Amino acid sequence: MIRYLGKRIIFMLISLFLIVTATFFIMKAVPGGPFTSEKQVPPEIKAALEAKYKLNLPLHEQYFEYLKGVVTWDLGPSFTEKSSNVNDMIDRGFPVSAHLGAQALLLAIFGGITLGVIAALNHNRWQDYSAMVIAVLGLSVPSFILASFYQYIFAIQLGWFPIAKWEGFEYTILPSLALAASPMAFIARLTRSNMIEVMGQDYIKTAKAKGLHTVAITVKHAIRNALLPVVTYLGPLIAGILTGAFVIERIFGVPGLGREFVLSITNRDYTVIMGTTVFYSIILVVMILIVDIAYTLVDPRIKLSDAGKE
Amino acid sequence: MKKNVFALVSSIAVLGTALAGCGGGQQTAAPPAGGTPAPSQPATPAAEKKPQVLKMNLHSEPPTTDPGLAEDTTSGAIILATFDGLTRIGTDDKPHEAAAESYTVSDDKLTYTFKIREAKWSNGDPVTAHDFEYAWKRALDPKTASNYAYQLYYVKNGEKANKGEAKLDEVGVKALDDKTLEVKLENPTPYFLELLAFRTYFPVNKKVLDANPKWAGEASSHVGNGPFKIESWEHKSKMVLVKNENYWDKDNVKLEKIEFSMVEDENTELSMFENGEIDWAGAPMSALPTDAISALKEQGKIQTNPIAGTYWYKFNTEKPPFNNIKVRKAFAYSIDRQALIDNILQTGQIPATGAVPPSMVLNPNGYFKDKDLENAKKLLEEGLKEVGMSKLPAITLSYNTSEAHKKIAEAIQDQWKKNLGVDVKLENKEWKVYLEDLHEGNFQIGRMGWLGDFNDPINFLELFKDKMGGNNDTRWENAKYKELLNQSAKESDLEKRKKILADAEQILMDEMPIMPIYWYTQSWVQKPEVKGVHQTGLGDVDWKGAYIE
Repeated sequence: MIRYLGKRIIFMLISLFLIVTATFFIMKAVPGGPFTSEKQVPPEIKAALEAKYKLNLPLHEQYFEYLKGVVTWDLGPSFTEKSSNVNDMIDRGFPVSAHLGAQALLLAIFGGITLGVIAALNHNRWQDYSAMVIAVLGLSVPSFILASFYQYIFAIQLGWFPIAKWEGFEYTILPSLALAASPMAFIARLTRSNMIEVMGQDYIKTAKAKGLHTVAITVKHAIRNALLPVVTYLGPLIAGILTGAFVIERIFGVPGLGREFVLSITNRDYTVIMGTTVFYSIILVVMILIVDIAYTLVDPRIKLSDAGKE
Repeated sequence: MKKNVFALVSSIAVLGTALAGCGGGQQTAAPPAGGTPAPSQPATPAAEKKPQVLKMNLHSEPPTTDPGLAEDTTSGAIILATFDGLTRIGTDDKPHEAAAESYTVSDDKLTYTFKIREAKWSNGDPVTAHDFEYAWKRALDPKTASNYAYQLYYVKNGEKANKGEAKLDEVGVKALDDKTLEVKLENPTPYFLELLAFRTYFPVNKKVLDANPKWAGEASSHVGNGPFKIESWEHKSKMVLVKNENYWDKDNVKLEKIEFSMVEDENTELSMFENGEIDWAGAPMSALPTDAISALKEQGKIQTNPIAGTYWYKFNTEKPPFNNIKVRKAFAYSIDRQALIDNILQTGQIPATGAVPPSMVLNPNGYFKDKDLENAKKLLEEGLKEVGMSKLPAITLSYNTSEAHKKIAEAIQDQWKKNLGVDVKLENKEWKVYLEDLHEGNFQIGRMGWLGDFNDPINFLELFKDKMGGNNDTRWENAKYKELLNQSAKESDLEKRKKILADAEQILMDEMPIMPIYWYTQSWVQKPEVKGVHQTGLGDVDWKGAYIE
């Protein structure tokens, strides 16, 4: 286990290094820089700006400076937000995105599994059909449409929740619901099909034959095995919810990190592009590792060792 | 792709808005037309009773609140609320003494001496002439890397100091004592008092800056000398300004508080307004969703205000066929600007028949006729003969990704096809890629616009002074034009100067490196009880005289 983890961590570091390098050079290759603007400044001011942000150094020096920054976790100043540096932006934005993401994730996992299990246990009955209609809607209606719909129904018409902003628990509900809809639907479908498959297997039949109660069979034997693909999906889902919340954050005025991630590219805000990419890459690789570890907890047949690993 | 997403969102929100309108209950009456009262005489006695709190949406986080570094409108608005320059633009759109109590100008109009008013910073320090001297020199210091340092080039040796060719000590700004500031200029600059109301000329408190270089990033460390001060600032989420009790003119500041939210989505902003969560939506801090405009117009809720900006197409005058004046003119004369405004833009923009916007107009009659089809056809024929072509090859019109630019380009493409029989291909590029291509001359016709930094025609005309000058892009240059602009800089007689500039604009329109399309307006909705918010002709907003009735 320890050997396996050590090896995985080394691979993680290598992938991070490759991501940082690729992002740096691709970013530099894209036309237009942070100071390309509609109102062009005189060359001397441009030179002063470049000197201030060390863009006048040769590319390889900028690259090494940057690597140094990543290792020491000093991601440099933002080009657009003059009074912040990238570390400030991550420190401020990530907790908000994480809060929203965690709420959405809990909703998606519990809601999705519940819906999926209900549908599977009532296969081809009305419960199944209604659960699946909800799931299809959740998957096919884009989150931003849902967001506007929620705003209209729950904020404007019913007045239950505020339309936007981020000032307390009631502000978090609508964006979490909008963000959770699609993964919840996906998890529901995944759980349902796996449950149906598992319920048809011999060991379940045996359990039934032994006279075990349906609840015991479902909870003890079926759900656990049906959840394995769901766990696989969780790693990318968590990363996706954290990085993909941009549209929802924008619509609900949530001060999260998703905004920086997207806007920095439009602004060619080099340091923020690099900072958010590195930060999100770290989350992604860590999530994948955690998911792999979680496998062993859900399915005892899987062992984390080098033997037999692909 | 993202744009499509937003277009969809807007459509839905518009639907929502329309439905909400049907639901009724919150119909706002159209606010009375006409100007806003002067800050010195607002507020009826009844006004005092209402809580003087204005709720606005700032749209996005201000990147900085440091007057020396700011370069965007959001920062600019907060800075104008929390700082006071030597002058301040009044409701009459003219500069009035603010941090300066009075001033004298030398006969050659090159030396200004300001008497600084007895006033305090929001932390209690006295505002002195040294604060101005320090702030200007700091902005000019190449180490500060201030984007707007060139606004200080009117000051003697300002440009040289910024280029490192002169020492900062040689810059023509000097505090003679705590209360007297002497400024020497390069040229007589008739709009200098107006420039002083621009943020780069605002003072900064040296003591505060020395103690904490990141002073402008948090509410706790921010110090200004303006009508308001920052009470709290939750980044990306909320900012609260409160009345600055140390402000010299605090008796004329009626608002106790301005609460800003920072919601970037325009549809959400409008919903918040409709729901009564904010008192104002749209310009100048944000924009109304384009799809909602006609509905709002029908309800009589929308307000518009012309601002000093021109939307134009640029021709690449180095490549055929647009190296020919007649071809350029044919393209410019053949479009129907009014139809474009009525059908696409819809918020009362003005058809532009000159480069300089109406607020600083040099020739009120314009330089050509909108939709002059006959002339256009004739000119195209002659022009083609001159460049030795029998038929125009396909033309490419470039614009940057945006629903509005796309609609305008499509309409003009259609008009050119109908009116001139020309096939025009549209080319859409991401903003920074687009800018770079334009700056490199890698285009045939490209869209662009210019919003005035100060209310003087030179701000628009100087763009086309030098072929390789930063913002020209058209590669057009004209010796006579250049000479006229140089001449205007030395001319201290205002009438003569205006004549010189009008002659220059005539040359620009005779040669047509740019094709003016419309003059900008900004539009917004507001609660009728909000009064006295002053929007300057440049599109800046000043809350100093605002109040709730």
